[in-house]
Amino acid sequence: MEIKLTETPPLTMEWRKKKGSKPTGERIIEALIKIAGVSSILLIGAILFFIVKESYPFLMGAFDFKEFFFSTEWYPASVVKIRYGILALLCGTVMVTVLSMLIAVPLGLACAFYISEFCGPRLREIYKILIEFLAAIPSVVWGFIAIMMINPAIIKLFNVPIGLNILNASIILALMSLPLIISVGEDALRAVPETYREAAEALGATKWEIATKVLLPAAKNGLMAASLLGVGRALGETMAVLMATGHSIQIPQSIFEPGRTLTATIAAELGESPKGGEHYQALFAIGLVLFCLSFIVNLTADLLIRGKRQ
Amino acid sequence: MFRPSNHLILKEIKEKKLKNLLSTVTFFLFLPALIIMLWLFVKGSSALSLDFLFMDPIEGMTAGGIFPTIVGTFWLVIISVLVACPLGVIAAIYLSEYAKDNTLTRIIRLAILNLAGVPSIVHALFGLGAFVLFLKMGTSILAASLTLSVMNLPVIITSTLESLKAVPQSYREASWNVGASRLQTIRHIVLPNSIPGILTGVVFSVGRSAGETAAILFTGVAFYLPFLPQSVFDQCMSLSMHLFTISTQVVGVPDAYPYATALVLILLILSMNSLAVALRSYFRTRRKW
Repeated sequence: MEIKLTETPPLTMEWRKKKGSKPTGERIIEALIKIAGVSSILLIGAILFFIVKESYPFLMGAFDFKEFFFSTEWYPASVVKIRYGILALLCGTVMVTVLSMLIAVPLGLACAFYISEFCGPRLREIYKILIEFLAAIPSVVWGFIAIMMINPAIIKLFNVPIGLNILNASIILALMSLPLIISVGEDALRAVPETYREAAEALGATKWEIATKVLLPAAKNGLMAASLLGVGRALGETMAVLMATGHSIQIPQSIFEPGRTLTATIAAELGESPKGGEHYQALFAIGLVLFCLSFIVNLTADLLIRGKRQ
Repeated sequence: MFRPSNHLILKEIKEKKLKNLLSTVTFFLFLPALIIMLWLFVKGSSALSLDFLFMDPIEGMTAGGIFPTIVGTFWLVIISVLVACPLGVIAAIYLSEYAKDNTLTRIIRLAILNLAGVPSIVHALFGLGAFVLFLKMGTSILAASLTLSVMNLPVIITSTLESLKAVPQSYREASWNVGASRLQTIRHIVLPNSIPGILTGVVFSVGRSAGETAAILFTGVAFYLPFLPQSVFDQCMSLSMHLFTISTQVVGVPDAYPYATALVLILLILSMNSLAVALRSYFRTRRKW
């Protein structure tokens, strides 16, 4: 370092110095830009802070770790004995998420493969616009579709008394997370260098062989990240799930039984619970659980994508 | 003469089959979207009229129109964009033009990613805790819009960042070399060249926030209001919330009403999205690099 400094011609040094002294106006603006730049850190911190703040009295008071996570009894308004057990809600969330991903991940990745590797540029543009279109349908409309369209279809097809159940919510969630899975998966496939494909083709590999033996291993992390982002989306979805799951607090024994998720519970009960009361704080504690879950899922997805780039 | 062996021919057949399979799968994945649109249109268009668009809901929301909900949605969307857009664009400028590749930048990226992944109901909880209660805004348009803008911030940052990165580095270097400062370069070279991309991202986010329900549920939207909002401290109705209400909470709503409401909501969002797509393709043809 020192050697370099002595080697620098004096003129350059002078110029460097002058360049370093910016006008004050510019300095202020650049400071503001930096503040805006770190705003997302501040916001994510603020979200965590306010959720913890609102749920703090509950976490310190009525919260019982064993009851909260391992009891299925969610009776926040019981007259006899108030109980806050979220196991049934957690099960609802997990079941809906897993089932929807079982539908969406294979289909979404197949679709990503097709759009990235097999179809022509024109068709690709059309599909991309369709993906954006599918992604733009708001969740409340999906919920409406679940009630009006999938509900009667399930009753008729499977001959069950009620169509608002785990299966219904999973179908809706699968449709909702498909655009995300497809576009992130496609990005991951596109990120594989063209030379890989050319090399495989030169060896006489067919497209199928290229897809399974070259692209799949090369884009493995990105594809996994795509699936994880889909999981994150399904996990956090509120309105559609609220409308589609059928709203009963129990561990569903089959996919044709109604259930309830963490998100839907908050949405359904927050309006009725008195502000600052224990029930209200318990709902914020559920929010905290959701925040942590989504944080873990997103962090893992990010690590996977970063791993791919290195 | 070269002739493909049986093995190769079999391979080729297999590949064709595969391609057909994949293309059918893809096609059938997009079929639902088209069916849903058609179905909403068929069922909803009978109730859709000028009266429906410009009348207040009457008789316990079982008749009349949806005018206040449209007005409310516009209030929410416009204010949230006014807040999120400058903040998001400047944050993206910082990331693209100033940030070095260090730990802080990595944390910022992580924060943006997580902000985008936070469930919308958690955003609602945050809005309730921070804007409604802590900053004492009450359940108001302002609190709801701010919640929406927090949700939209990562979307705007990401899309802006992409269009800033698309401006070739040589443009910046040329500008620096004639003596322009970093800020001057951003103001006169980088921003003018990336405005189209930024605009596209913003318009997309407008569509997204028009359909959002969970985040505004407890922060500023009412089930029913007999008057239009006068200021940002009033509550309002919204299209998305109205659809939820009349399809699950109110009994005796004529069948076509929720369909028509859903149709209006979708058409609003689609027109936004088509605008964004049109903008993008228009500017892509005129791009200088």
